[in-house]
Amino acid sequence: MTDPTPHPTSSERPAPGFRGDAHTRRGGGGGDGPRDDGPGGGGPGGGGPILEVVDLVRSFRRPRTSLFRSPGAVEALRGVSLEVRAGQRFGIVGESGSGKSTLLRLMAALDQPTSGTVSFRGRTVSGVPERRLGFLRDDLQVVFQDPMGSLDPRMRVADIITEPLVAQGHGDRDARLAELLDAVGLPDGAGRRWPHQFSGGQRQRIAIARALSTRPRVLLADEPVSALDVSVRAQILNLLADLVDAYDLTLVFVSHDLTVVRHLCDTIAVMRAGEVVETGPTAAVADDPQHPYTRQLLGAVPTLQGALAGRDAATLARRARADDPEEPS
Amino acid sequence: MSAARDVVDATGAPVVAGTDETAGVANWSLWIGGGLVGLVVVMALVSFAWTPYDPYFVDVTNRFGGPSPTNLLGTDQFGRDVLSRLMVGARTTLFVGIVSVGVAGVVGTPLGILMGMAPAWLHRILLRANDLLLAFPALLLAIMFAAVFGPSTATAMVAIGIGTIPVFARIARSGTVQVMSSEYVLAARSAGRRGVRLAVRHVLPNIASLLLVQASVSFAIAILAEAALSFLQFGTPSPIPSWGLMLFQAQSVLAVNPGLTVWPGVGIAVAVLGFNLLGDGLRDRFDPRLAGHQ
Repeated sequence: MTDPTPHPTSSERPAPGFRGDAHTRRGGGGGDGPRDDGPGGGGPGGGGPILEVVDLVRSFRRPRTSLFRSPGAVEALRGVSLEVRAGQRFGIVGESGSGKSTLLRLMAALDQPTSGTVSFRGRTVSGVPERRLGFLRDDLQVVFQDPMGSLDPRMRVADIITEPLVAQGHGDRDARLAELLDAVGLPDGAGRRWPHQFSGGQRQRIAIARALSTRPRVLLADEPVSALDVSVRAQILNLLADLVDAYDLTLVFVSHDLTVVRHLCDTIAVMRAGEVVETGPTAAVADDPQHPYTRQLLGAVPTLQGALAGRDAATLARRARADDPEEPS
Repeated sequence: MSAARDVVDATGAPVVAGTDETAGVANWSLWIGGGLVGLVVVMALVSFAWTPYDPYFVDVTNRFGGPSPTNLLGTDQFGRDVLSRLMVGARTTLFVGIVSVGVAGVVGTPLGILMGMAPAWLHRILLRANDLLLAFPALLLAIMFAAVFGPSTATAMVAIGIGTIPVFARIARSGTVQVMSSEYVLAARSAGRRGVRLAVRHVLPNIASLLLVQASVSFAIAILAEAALSFLQFGTPSPIPSWGLMLFQAQSVLAVNPGLTVWPGVGIAVAVLGFNLLGDGLRDRFDPRLAGHQ
């Protein structure tokens, strides 16, 4: 995926928000720059990335269809490299199947890469046995896409929210629960109820409260609003933005919706077919896209290629929306 | 990514499926099954406190007595009261069902969960091993046990239980695989849950309904298996009342008094039908989408 034309900004200093040369380089730093990382924060060298992904490859074996032929593999990620710095709001955009959720799962060490490494504050997390990932589980939490599926239907809300605290052996859970319910705007009595008694938006608030319970430094969000009604999306996005500010979180936000990412993030990585094709500050990527695919994402033009690649009307409609200057973002 | 999402969507539901949606729909299997099972249970419970006669009391002067006000269901070839023996036989039947399903559930469920949570290579090996055991008939195992340890109710129920372990392991495995691919397990893992605690907190509660349905169906099979074993003299020995044994003894005097075979036969049929219907009803209740299948 090397850009054939020399890039106008390639002579500038390399941006800290990316690495590797398989994608279009962009000038500029990572948003408003790294914030104070706090005591014990950061990797070696202090200013290093809080989350670093190097040459990540993940392939999935296809189910066997023939007794004699090898089933082959699907390459979900094909050598992805990224750096997320403390305090950044890092958006990952791409169409479905581009490998962005796979990348997020690998970042959270919920899946093992075929090759390559993920490191968190300078410590490798890929290939490390679960029992030695305590440092990651405390400091990095995930909000998932489907608020119906990400809450255990057999657990009360209080137990769901405090589960990370219980799992990590933290005390004073009742006080923390009240604090968290307040922070995400849920009533005090919510803890005694069951997940199915809440609406989609409220469930996502529960999921966010759970993710914040251990006071993590990094929050990974996997399309947290795409399963929600349009009417509650803005509320949840604003809640996320406010909480990220209030708790000085580093946010990694995965979405297929460029409008959402543009609204929330200061840095964008554009993914396509398991590769990062463009990285840079939001304004630069959105206003002056260098890679053809980014332009395509922004332009959302129905093309013959797109139709042959099986992109459907819904995807195109989303892209059209993403490119509509009238659309409030 | 979309494939993974689909799995969650397809599998989240059966374990999530609540009871609210089906509350309005009449669930006849559940009520009829529950009623029949209730009948057997009540009969067994009452037999602890009261039976019309001592089920072991032999009264040779009153052999082959037909149904009468003193002996409601008549007497057998030894003059023993059939109703009393039927009631105590219900006890044996339920006891065998509880113990064999208990053995199968307590051993099979953790095995199945282990299988479902194991790495792919181990999963595949355990699954094949389980299939191998599944292919071995429980009845044959029970006859083998009876030959080695001598025929008794205990031997029969333990053998039936062991024979049913792979069934539970398989059900627990498939449920676990579904639950493990759900987002709430991913969330729990990212919260730092793993191993036994993950299994106890998340997997077990969410496959409990599957296991309950399987327990009911296995209960029916266990009852039938015990009756068959007792009939073949590999199970409950005489003179302890057991429906299978009663059927065997009645069968030896079939030419003289065919009526004697009816009552233990009805008992077995009612219990087996009851537990099967109860299982179907429970399944429809927990997962309405499967109603009418199987």
